[in-house]
Amino acid sequence: MTSLRIFFVGGRMTYRALFYWLTPQIYVPSLLMAPIFQILLFAYIGRSAGLESDEFYVVGNALQYCAIPCLFAMTQMIGGERYQNTLSAILVSPARRIPLFFGRALPVVANGAFVSAFSLAAGTAILGVDIPLSAVPALVLVIIVAAFSCTGLGLMNAAVSLRVRENAVLSNVIFGFLLIFTGANVPLSELPGWMSTMSQGLPFTHAIKAARELTDGASLGSVADLVGAELLIGLCYAAAGYALLRLMEAQSRRHASLERS
Amino acid sequence: MRRTLRLLYAGWKFHLKSLTISGFFIIVSVISPVIFASIAYLMFRAGARPGSLLFVAIGAGMMGIWSATLFGSGGAIAWQRWQGTLEYCVAVPPAFIWVILPLTIATSTIGLYSLTSTLIWGWLFFDVPFELVHPAWFFVSLPVAVLALGLLGLVLASTFVMYRQANALSNLLEYPIWLVTGLLPGLTLLPGWTRPSSRALAPTWGVKALREAALGGEPGFAVAMSAVLGLAYLVIGHYCLRYFEKLAREKATLSLQG
Repeated sequence: MTSLRIFFVGGRMTYRALFYWLTPQIYVPSLLMAPIFQILLFAYIGRSAGLESDEFYVVGNALQYCAIPCLFAMTQMIGGERYQNTLSAILVSPARRIPLFFGRALPVVANGAFVSAFSLAAGTAILGVDIPLSAVPALVLVIIVAAFSCTGLGLMNAAVSLRVRENAVLSNVIFGFLLIFTGANVPLSELPGWMSTMSQGLPFTHAIKAARELTDGASLGSVADLVGAELLIGLCYAAAGYALLRLMEAQSRRHASLERS
Repeated sequence: MRRTLRLLYAGWKFHLKSLTISGFFIIVSVISPVIFASIAYLMFRAGARPGSLLFVAIGAGMMGIWSATLFGSGGAIAWQRWQGTLEYCVAVPPAFIWVILPLTIATSTIGLYSLTSTLIWGWLFFDVPFELVHPAWFFVSLPVAVLALGLLGLVLASTFVMYRQANALSNLLEYPIWLVTGLLPGLTLLPGWTRPSSRALAPTWGVKALREAALGGEPGFAVAMSAVLGLAYLVIGHYCLRYFEKLAREKATLSLQG
């Protein structure tokens, strides 16, 4: 019962207290308007280069942009505790770590999925992309899985932020790499071999492919393997992120670096 | 006059040094443009209309100059506010504009790292040739473009003085300006209603001048337009800064945060 309370109530409170983007003046420009312009930018570069259709860029960038809320918010919600001087109080508490850390991840997944869904809807409407209504429920599922998968990576990033001060810089670099490697803008077949091989182990690659197939009329069953692969990648990152968090927690205690901000 | 010039030079040098050691600015001005340049190189190489990769490299470099100016100048006032130095900057004897101007020009100057990094990156990994048709014009266009962007930064800094969430506005303005100024996608592909805003923005003329100097054309007009726009921004920035400074003093919001 206590674990459930920590998971849901603790996660919600941390989200409200530490995730500054909830302020509409920051949330709307950063998370609702910026992805639309990212979609438009790449759609127009694609038109200039004569590469792929608008649909390709709308789907790719709408899903990939959820990296911003998932990476930054996850880092903010754990690393941010350090800046608020509340990290030590949390880490000396007897609370179980799984509900403590994963409770913080749940609102991040929900928010990331919302940002992606909004971007997809707005990009589709602005560029006149046709997505069959029957594909919408499956697309929602793919978006949630993609947000979960990236939040797993965000958990790893958050763990690193317990030791590294410039976590916003790190999040920006990861965002940039995801933009290149996941096939959001360059078809995987056009990437050098080592890049497309690496992309298979990254969040979004399979989800973007599945979402593109769904918008082309494929059924959920026919992309189940892609969704499963994305989910598995997310689980691997979440497990690795949790392990890294525990390791960094122990390291931070040993080196007395918890309150170093 | 000499004092003002000395203040401008000392401020520019100080901010250039302090921005150079900022990890965030290294990301914005070196790594981020290289990432976008790589995507654009790959897209143009794979596309049906390959185009010139030097055209892409210059555009990506200018994207970095704009980002550095946008985040640096847009956040200039906010940073002074967070550090608790904004009130001192306003209260010192020289006019506020001479305190802020070197900072905004330093932010666009730091963007030169972007152009350098995208050109070197393209040359190393994508075989982008660095052969300039009008080398003299290229090296005239570059400082004019940087200065014009720095002066545009002054307008940003002056209008953001009243807006405490300047970073959010900076996040919003990065992609649209890349788009409407034709830094990577061609301007001719954009809807007609975007043209007036494209023409009023210095990056449009800056990148046009650099591209015409590098790839062939008549860069003189674009260089002149950059200079004229720079002067216009200086005038606008001066009045905006004076107006918003007065407003911020009246409302006592200079030191407010969050």
